[in-house]
Amino acid sequence: MDFGLIFSEAIGEMVSPTTAAYALAALGLAVHFGYSGLLNFGQAGFMAVGSYTFAMSTIHLGVPWWIGLLLAIVASVAFALILGIPTLRLRADYLAIVTIAAAEIIRYIVTTNSLTDVTGSANGLAGFRQDFLRLNPFPPGNYLGYSSPDFFYRVFGWGLVIVLGIVVWLLMRSPWGRVLKGIREDELAVRSLGKNVYAYKMQALVIGGVFGALAGLVFTLPRDVVQPANYGTELTFFLWTCLLLGGMSTVLGPIIGAMLFWVVLSLTQNVLFGLIQIGALPWLNPSQAGQLRYILVGIALMLLMIFRPQGVFGNKKELAFS
Amino acid sequence: MRHESGIRQKSANRWGNPERTARLFPSLPAAAALLGVLIALLLAVAPAAGAADSPSPSPGASSSQGSTTQFPNTISGFLRNAGQPLANVKITAKGNGFEASTKSAANGSWSISVPTEGSYQLTLDESTLPSGVKLAEGQENPRTVTFNQTTNVSTIFAFGAGIAVHQGSFFADLANRLVAGLSFGLLLALSSVGLSLIFGTTGLTNFAHGEMVTLGAVVVFSLSTIGAPFWLAILGGLLSGAVFGYAQDALLWRPLRRRGTGLVPMMIVSIGLALAARYVILFFFGGATQQLPNAQTSDIDLGPISVSPNNLVSLLISVVVIALIGFVLLRTRLGKATRAVADNPALAAASGIDVDRVIRLVWVMGGLLASLGGILWAYYRPGVTFNMGQQILLMIFAGVTLGGLGTVFGALVGSVVVGIFVELTTVFGLTADLKYVGALVIMILVLLFRPQGILGRRERVG
Repeated sequence: MDFGLIFSEAIGEMVSPTTAAYALAALGLAVHFGYSGLLNFGQAGFMAVGSYTFAMSTIHLGVPWWIGLLLAIVASVAFALILGIPTLRLRADYLAIVTIAAAEIIRYIVTTNSLTDVTGSANGLAGFRQDFLRLNPFPPGNYLGYSSPDFFYRVFGWGLVIVLGIVVWLLMRSPWGRVLKGIREDELAVRSLGKNVYAYKMQALVIGGVFGALAGLVFTLPRDVVQPANYGTELTFFLWTCLLLGGMSTVLGPIIGAMLFWVVLSLTQNVLFGLIQIGALPWLNPSQAGQLRYILVGIALMLLMIFRPQGVFGNKKELAFS
Repeated sequence: MRHESGIRQKSANRWGNPERTARLFPSLPAAAALLGVLIALLLAVAPAAGAADSPSPSPGASSSQGSTTQFPNTISGFLRNAGQPLANVKITAKGNGFEASTKSAANGSWSISVPTEGSYQLTLDESTLPSGVKLAEGQENPRTVTFNQTTNVSTIFAFGAGIAVHQGSFFADLANRLVAGLSFGLLLALSSVGLSLIFGTTGLTNFAHGEMVTLGAVVVFSLSTIGAPFWLAILGGLLSGAVFGYAQDALLWRPLRRRGTGLVPMMIVSIGLALAARYVILFFFGGATQQLPNAQTSDIDLGPISVSPNNLVSLLISVVVIALIGFVLLRTRLGKATRAVADNPALAAASGIDVDRVIRLVWVMGGLLASLGGILWAYYRPGVTFNMGQQILLMIFAGVTLGGLGTVFGALVGSVVVGIFVELTTVFGLTADLKYVGALVIMILVLLFRPQGILGRRERVG
């Protein structure tokens, strides 16, 4: 086994655009759950709404990239409003069930064969990033081992993560953020202070949802293809694992959590493959090694929740639940 | 209201106390033991995973012929014409210095495993299509598929668009769908009774319920592949659900309840358990769709209605079992105790009911009924896959929410409504691949106008 290669691949995974997308989506979940106590199990749906809106508007309407981006944000705001209106007045677990159902509704709709002309059905849509790539300021060449477009995707993804991380940090220090944390701690107390709890929760849901849509773009632009299979409920649960790994009511938590998640996945995958290649694990075939990693993710999620619910960076006093 | 009080508790009390955390460490081996139980259950029937590649007695085993070597990356898909699977159609993948071909299995599925990710050219041999079946207009053949950082790409070849033969009158169709919907709704009801009772007695929204559904069907398939008689396989399937339910409560949920873990963390733990259990099943069972014994039958006519015998038998079994559940809950001491705990655990404990015993029983029965629902679901779909429970989980949630969270009879009524609704939407013009969307939309609408559900008590739920 070549450990040098395994480690360099893990480091590469740490800064990949996919990791940036996970970090961004998990940051949205931190706004939802960590700061406001909203159980959103449909973040994959928000990502799908963002990336499909961008892809469909660019391909079918031929709009420039920034209009596509605006439309993606508008669509995710609308999605958040539709989800929030029936459920934000109800108990926390209702929001969980409705958001997971809504995310699946989105996935069924983009998968159906009857809309193949619009959504590309199971094959998805491809070829929508040309206009976006014109933004690329880097001339062709080698940047830290990446080609110019690859480097640009990383700069774009992580730039967005840093900017929005600072935005969340500032928001949560503001009076608005304090009201939000107050709602998380004791909704009745905040209501008795005369605050409109429903409106605050809705605003938090919308902001986290927009983060999800932007994460969808960061996820999908380097691939230049959107496919419904990428936006199943598993994606949401992986994002939750990232969030809980890092710490749910911190800004750095979800970002570092996403990095850790991908580094660990990459390390286990490559170490297992290496062990299989040298014949140390005769009872395991490569595709089972891939599945073994997800078993570990599930166990990690359970153990984190039971033994260290505040995550790596979190503060025990700031847990969004009893 | 009583669940809400749990959510509202201040966090510091629950998590800030070091003593509490220290006391809980015994639950780490417990969680490991729980997975051990699941693995043991699957190991007991593991030969099936290997047997899937060799000629198996079940008619629909979809191991791909042709490409015998297993590579990590697969290209796969289903061939269906107007809902009918197309078997023995030859498909070839070529690219990156590699070429392999396969034939679609009896259920229309095909998959080709390839050594590296990248682009491959796929060719469907149109001369191997059954007579009268053609690729739909605009379907590229050959076509190029590309891996995008996943180990699996799927592609759909659509056939004969717009020439689906519609036989029978609208009303015959309606009656057929109604029977099928009733059959689906009742099997859904079996699975949701457990979920609803668990919610009622412990307040937990159990996302791992779908895996109990899968386990039942997977164990039945595995046992019948290693040659067990049909009745024994069914018995094994039911038993596995009950054991998994028991083990979950004994090793995981009871320690967590003792510790005073809140409902939201428990919900997230159940998601972790669902993820782990699903991939444990995938690990042993594989990703292919398999068929249970006697899965393929031809429809029989009952007056104006034509129905598959399996659906009919499933319907009868469900009715009998549901009647039994109703009898137990309404007429026996145990049933009364269960309803009392679901209504108010503290009051039930005060009146001398052993709440922990009742909850344990609810888990065992819930697991048993979920696995029975899973076996029937495997005949209804038809097919056994590792994620079949995940597919039905949201339908179960829809049924339970529609009827009213925590009420047993509400769950029954809600599930039947969802089942019939899902089937009827296809009669009224919705395409088959969107039929689950209707049920989910209805669920959201119910929450908007009557959050307590059809049979739920009018109480504040937010």
